[in-house]
Amino acid sequence: MSPTPATAAPARKDDSQVRQKEMIARHFDRLAAAPDTGAVTAYTFVPGNLTELLLSFDVLPVLPEINALQSAMRGKTAEYIATAEKLGHSEDVCTYVKSDIGMMKSGNVGPTGQRLPSPDLLLLSYTGCFTFMKWFELLREEYHCPVAMLHVPYQADGRITDSMRTYVVDQLKSVVIPKLEEVTGRKYDEDRLRAHLAKSAEAEDDLVWVLQSAKHVPSPIDAYFGAVYYLGPIFSAFRGTADAVEYYRALRQEIGERIRLGRGPVTPDGEVERERFRVVVEGPPNWTSFRQFWKMFADEGAVAVASTYSKVGGVYDLGFRHDPDRPLETLAEYCLGCYTNLSLPARIDLLTRYLSEYRADGFIINSVKSCNSFSAGQLHILREVEARSGRPGGFIESDLVDPRYFSAANIKNRLESYFQMIEQKRAGAGA
Amino acid sequence: MNYTVGIDLGSTTTKAVVLGEDAVVLGRGITNSRSNYDVACQVALSEALINTRFSLIAGEFRDIARDPAQAATLIGALERGFRAEQYRSQLRVLGTELRRFLSRLLTKPPAAGAIVERIVERMHSEIDALYAEGARRKSDFFRDLAGSRYLALAEEEARATGVSFDVLAGLFDKAILDVENSAEAAGRFDHHAAVALAALPEADPALTTAVARVAALTLEQIGSVGTGYGRQRLPFPEGRIRSEILCHGLGAHAMFPHTRTVLDIGGQDTKAIQVDEQGIVTSFQMNDRCAAGCGRYLGYIADEMSLGLHELGPIASQSSAPVRINSTCTVFAGAELRERLSLGEKREDILAGLHRAIVLRAMSLLARSGGVQDEFTFTGGVARNQAAVGALVRLVRENYGARTVNISEDSIYTGALGAALFALRSAQAAA
Repeated sequence: MSPTPATAAPARKDDSQVRQKEMIARHFDRLAAAPDTGAVTAYTFVPGNLTELLLSFDVLPVLPEINALQSAMRGKTAEYIATAEKLGHSEDVCTYVKSDIGMMKSGNVGPTGQRLPSPDLLLLSYTGCFTFMKWFELLREEYHCPVAMLHVPYQADGRITDSMRTYVVDQLKSVVIPKLEEVTGRKYDEDRLRAHLAKSAEAEDDLVWVLQSAKHVPSPIDAYFGAVYYLGPIFSAFRGTADAVEYYRALRQEIGERIRLGRGPVTPDGEVERERFRVVVEGPPNWTSFRQFWKMFADEGAVAVASTYSKVGGVYDLGFRHDPDRPLETLAEYCLGCYTNLSLPARIDLLTRYLSEYRADGFIINSVKSCNSFSAGQLHILREVEARSGRPGGFIESDLVDPRYFSAANIKNRLESYFQMIEQKRAGAGA
Repeated sequence: MNYTVGIDLGSTTTKAVVLGEDAVVLGRGITNSRSNYDVACQVALSEALINTRFSLIAGEFRDIARDPAQAATLIGALERGFRAEQYRSQLRVLGTELRRFLSRLLTKPPAAGAIVERIVERMHSEIDALYAEGARRKSDFFRDLAGSRYLALAEEEARATGVSFDVLAGLFDKAILDVENSAEAAGRFDHHAAVALAALPEADPALTTAVARVAALTLEQIGSVGTGYGRQRLPFPEGRIRSEILCHGLGAHAMFPHTRTVLDIGGQDTKAIQVDEQGIVTSFQMNDRCAAGCGRYLGYIADEMSLGLHELGPIASQSSAPVRINSTCTVFAGAELRERLSLGEKREDILAGLHRAIVLRAMSLLARSGGVQDEFTFTGGVARNQAAVGALVRLVRENYGARTVNISEDSIYTGALGAALFALRSAQAAA
């Protein structure tokens, strides 16, 4: 199986993508200039990210997970992972971590080709992933900077209790805010925080509208591969900014126009002209062969109409919005509500609900080697969702950013078989 | 007469099944896939058509034979004569190729030319015995039959003359590829049938009539479907290619209509498939990241022990105390094998342990796919291995209770049969 050929046509981009690219470029310019401007930077994670709080202190966020996935899309991670393995990190360690360590050891040059600043603070705002803690321990050894850790309880019973919320709010007050005050030399300004939170809610409304546009038949968007681009601003450095509000308003208009014209999703290799299969996807994408992976779906006319990966930074479609009237409580609920903090029964409910609400033909699980937060329990999820929805599940295995674990021929084989199975079921035995 | 064909292009062998318009199997053909997929398809199809003509001759002859009780014996003699002639024509091509490669050797031992001639001559002289009534042949493939004789004779020659065995073996390795890749080497039906008939001068003249009638038949292909691991390379248009999952499901259903679970262990993948009462696939699981536990695992072990693949099962079946093999990795299992041999463990006990290890991998896929329902059909090349079958039957009983386990003599043709049925349905739908 050949990888995407070097002569492949340039990827097609929507206007919203171009706008996003400019926003990101500006952010990385600011980061690159930080050593000169004296801007304070914090490294933090996507799940439970406290972007509004950081922005209220004028802290610039750096997201190592996003750097890793972008390194993978630029074909850098094989080299970064090899570097980390040379340093003694085993093959079984999460490849986001190894990519990040490798990037750091290779000069910490980020996705735009500019050098990333060293962190002034490591803000661990989600502990549902144990690897995150170990990751930041490694970065702390390297950078000798302060760490703020927010312990986030798991939603074992599938809901956020008052005591959980209080527990997180107390930590925000006693650990995170004092630490931010310490590294920035500023006082906590709740009015600023509220202003950012209000902007977040505005952008979140439009994001939810965009993701739910996939309920249309045919869907105007791909809610797995395509959604990755839509999530960029809100799950990285822009939630709570005027930029994000404008981006999502423009995106909503763009998608509204697609619906009006009855157009399908745009992929890097062109538009999906005939939607043949509507699927829900569970699990993160593979990033090293992202375009090729997407093409395997698009070539079959398969469109992802909903995905759980697009909820890693927050399951907004269950109703959550940042609430400026309850600033710290709302941040606590956000941290507690990210997708991987949901219990297995809650994840099963969500997938089953997506299958019916989005009129999907079935669901596909991409089980990645690196991420136990996602992968543990996925076979159980498969079985339960199949039983409850009566729709078939497909199971494929790959990895986040280690190219060695993307076996293109096998994955294509599974996907083709899966789609043919759906087709055969539709047609009955005469297919 | 009209027929449809299904071709299953596997990583080890390519199988073809020819169906009449009444969905009855008329013929089956098999060949090695090793080096050229297109030719493998041609050879498998021409083998299946030869087999078809023999089944048609048998049908014709039964009705007109002087002594119907003798009909089957005579047809058997005719087919042996045919196969002997086919072997003879392939051996002629092998001889030509051996001479060609010998002439290309830069440093050839002076005696080599005469040695090759002696070996080929002896192989020619053994043909009648090889195809005599009651003679046992270890394989249906020219490569295996000719290979084992050539290498044995080359070893004798090497010992007697001092010429390097490796040089002689190397010649065969090169020459055999061209024999296998040549559809012409197998010769034409009419010619071989005429030679075979001529060798039976005392036979019932009705046999000549039956052969003449069938030879005069035009076999018209009205549909074809390709499947298998190499299906992307099949010389078929896209619409005529089906996933091997669907083909195995339908093929198993056609062989055993009460089948609900299918296990196929092929050369490099293992499939666990659930089907409904019409043979439609409802879910499936395949190995993704690793091919340990597939047929090649046994191939590798056979090579390690200098045994033929077909010899493994019978040896393992003699075990009374199988050892526990822990390695799921094929290469490590090879190391464990050598280690245990050096510790003095019995060969049959180690082999029994290895068979159990591969079946354990399959059990895990079966569990993932939804377990083992009644009835359970085991297909693929490994289903011909009695030791693997024994281990599977035991493990299924231990884990799922009593299940009817179906294994067809023709289980290796399951995927091709399913493909041929799909071809027939398409042809009928188009008519």
